[in-house]
Amino acid sequence: LAAYRTDEGQPWVLPVVRKVERMIAADDSLNHEYLPILGLPEFRANASRIALGDSSPAISENRIGSVQSLGGTGALRIGAEFLRRWYNGNNNTATPIYISAPSWENHNSVFVDAGFKDIRTYHYWDAAKRGLDLHGLLDDMEKAPEFSIFVLHACAHNPTGTDPTPDEWKQIAAVMKRRFLFPFFDSAYQGFASGNLDKDAWAVRYFVSEGFELFCAQSFSKNFGLYNERVGNLIVVVKDADSVKRVLSQMEKIVRTTWSNPPSQGARIVATTLASPQLFAEWKDNVKTMADRVLLMRSELRSRLESLGTPGTWNHITDQIGMFSFTGLNPKQVEYLIKEKHIYLLASGRINMSGLAAKNLDYVAKSIHE
Amino acid sequence: SSWWSHVEMGPPDPILGVTEAFKRDTNSKKMNLGVGAYRDDNGKPYVLNCVRKAEAQIAAKKMDKEYLTIGGLADFTRASAELALGENSEAFKSGRYVTVQGISGTGSLRIGANFLQRFFKSSHDVYLPKPSWGNHTPIFRDAGLQLQAYRYYDPKTCSLDFSGAMDDISKIPEKSIILLHACAHNPTGVDPRQEQWKEIAAVVKKRNLLVYFDMAYQGFASGDINRDAWAVRHFIEQGINIVLAQSYAKNMGLYGERVGAFTVICSDAEEAKRVESQLKILIRPMYSNPPLNGARIASLILNSPELRKEWLVEVKSMADRIIGMRTQLVSNLKKEGSSHNWQHITDQIGMFCFTGLKPEQVERLTKEFSIYMTKDGRISMAGVTSGNVGYLAHAIHQVTK
Repeated sequence: LAAYRTDEGQPWVLPVVRKVERMIAADDSLNHEYLPILGLPEFRANASRIALGDSSPAISENRIGSVQSLGGTGALRIGAEFLRRWYNGNNNTATPIYISAPSWENHNSVFVDAGFKDIRTYHYWDAAKRGLDLHGLLDDMEKAPEFSIFVLHACAHNPTGTDPTPDEWKQIAAVMKRRFLFPFFDSAYQGFASGNLDKDAWAVRYFVSEGFELFCAQSFSKNFGLYNERVGNLIVVVKDADSVKRVLSQMEKIVRTTWSNPPSQGARIVATTLASPQLFAEWKDNVKTMADRVLLMRSELRSRLESLGTPGTWNHITDQIGMFSFTGLNPKQVEYLIKEKHIYLLASGRINMSGLAAKNLDYVAKSIHE
Repeated sequence: SSWWSHVEMGPPDPILGVTEAFKRDTNSKKMNLGVGAYRDDNGKPYVLNCVRKAEAQIAAKKMDKEYLTIGGLADFTRASAELALGENSEAFKSGRYVTVQGISGTGSLRIGANFLQRFFKSSHDVYLPKPSWGNHTPIFRDAGLQLQAYRYYDPKTCSLDFSGAMDDISKIPEKSIILLHACAHNPTGVDPRQEQWKEIAAVVKKRNLLVYFDMAYQGFASGDINRDAWAVRHFIEQGINIVLAQSYAKNMGLYGERVGAFTVICSDAEEAKRVESQLKILIRPMYSNPPLNGARIASLILNSPELRKEWLVEVKSMADRIIGMRTQLVSNLKKEGSSHNWQHITDQIGMFCFTGLKPEQVERLTKEFSIYMTKDGRISMAGVTSGNVGYLAHAIHQVTK
């Protein structure tokens, strides 16, 4: 389950969110009228700014557009639908889509349902060394047909928790530029990974600074804890301002037949928070609280496993980042944990780090040791 | 060079585009009769009292923000099905239905369209009434279905072309999909009478057509939720296993919260479970799971006896105001000295009125009087108030005399 939990194992509504909700509830001037097709303007502008940075040249040059979407999933889907219609020719369903091996399992379905016929994987997780298979990844990019679309995780790769280093990102960008590959970023954990918004946005911003045209699907489900309000944003970075208008007009057509216009509650919460310096600071603090707890759980789990002398190396637990950890446990080991120890994780060995808490760390570590 | 240099500028959305043009107009007398959003007699958006109360109750509970399941809030979907089908409905009581939460009417229609594209193998032809809501066609098309039409509106009488409709429907190839507006037809406001619905049901059953009901105005049309759902319930009682899209945008004023539902009436509860699993597989790659806020509000209203009672009163008062405006518009047109027959304005029902105005006349209304409506002559009665109905009548008379 991909939702943050407190040390008491409870869902956590961010204090700043409760505060803003009360403000919204008390504001009699607000109503429930339709938002524009592309969403709440203040949300779109602020959300995009968070990802790209205040001083983004793409923003100051008016080279970005955005579409408020139903969560990160909705942003991915709208982006995929647009690409299928307008990228690499018109309605070119044959354009290869590359998704990391492994990736969030829904990525595949999003692009299939959007009409793409050729979904491929690119090497990513190196099970033997429990880290990034950079060589395999770059090799796949060298061999990919020109104009292929690559789904990249902006930070806190799901499910492995393994991100390229800045230097590795530079290598990835260089190959993608040379081979005319299209970057479609999935950014679901900005702020949540390292605790620092700018650090977690480094890869996206680097690609923008390298002059790429790209898509970035943002989710505010985790970093705002607004899971069920479905708050997402599809950012489009293009080469010139004129493209923005035309691209957005076509995005509108796609949105109109999918959900007409997006839900207002979550967007209002995010927009209000990001637009106020004080609330913004409170939010960053709340985000850091979540990220820090996860980082703490990582280091605590690793140190327990190491002091138990559990076979294998466990530095990957702290090397990895974000909500998930690819433990490296095999299906039989996973089955043991589930059946015998009632510790629930995915067959892939992925665990949700925020499911760990002070009172269960020992139990989990011992169980993994067994 | 850019990837997007060949991307064409899309045409402005005809319905929502009207509002955008209206906003730019500086004439103090301007009227927005474009989009179908209810306005009170002061021309202001109206947040229902029962909605405010529900919101206050919800805020006090300090609930979490955890993901809903893919199919949405169960208390909401169950209540939504019951609202449409009726609490005594055999289909409802036996559980031989599945209802999933959808993103208002559009999202619910789209889920259904995608479901039919994937699982209704008999036909990919959807028959729409002529005319229909402008967004129906692109929704079904984007879902991969083809569009056909059956006669519906008679521009000569501004009412239902019943014989034309029956003629066309009786010729629709068996096992095709037919879309019907449950009540308050959009854009014409022309609904079949109950006797006519019975005949439509009979021929539809004979042709073995897959019936897709779009019900966006339950309660809003006549002011009576049961009366407005009569056609839906009648069809089901006749053994027609319909599919149904519902919206709570208008009848609860929850427009921007995107509250809706998609229902499939099945042979039995077991089939319903299988259908549900496939609906979820369609929803997940679209937006994962639906937004909670609006569904919580709607659920609380439908499931709390007091709030529900209050809601029924409020939805009736919205419907009554609109009916009152229709009457006033006709009487004002008479006062202006118009010699045309404007009876269709009061015969028609729901938010919209097909005035019968031609595109050139509509253009004059916009250019000379700053009155905004869609080119087909459709006006949203919700935008008419006791304060501006005289101006509207005057303008219409000017362009039609």
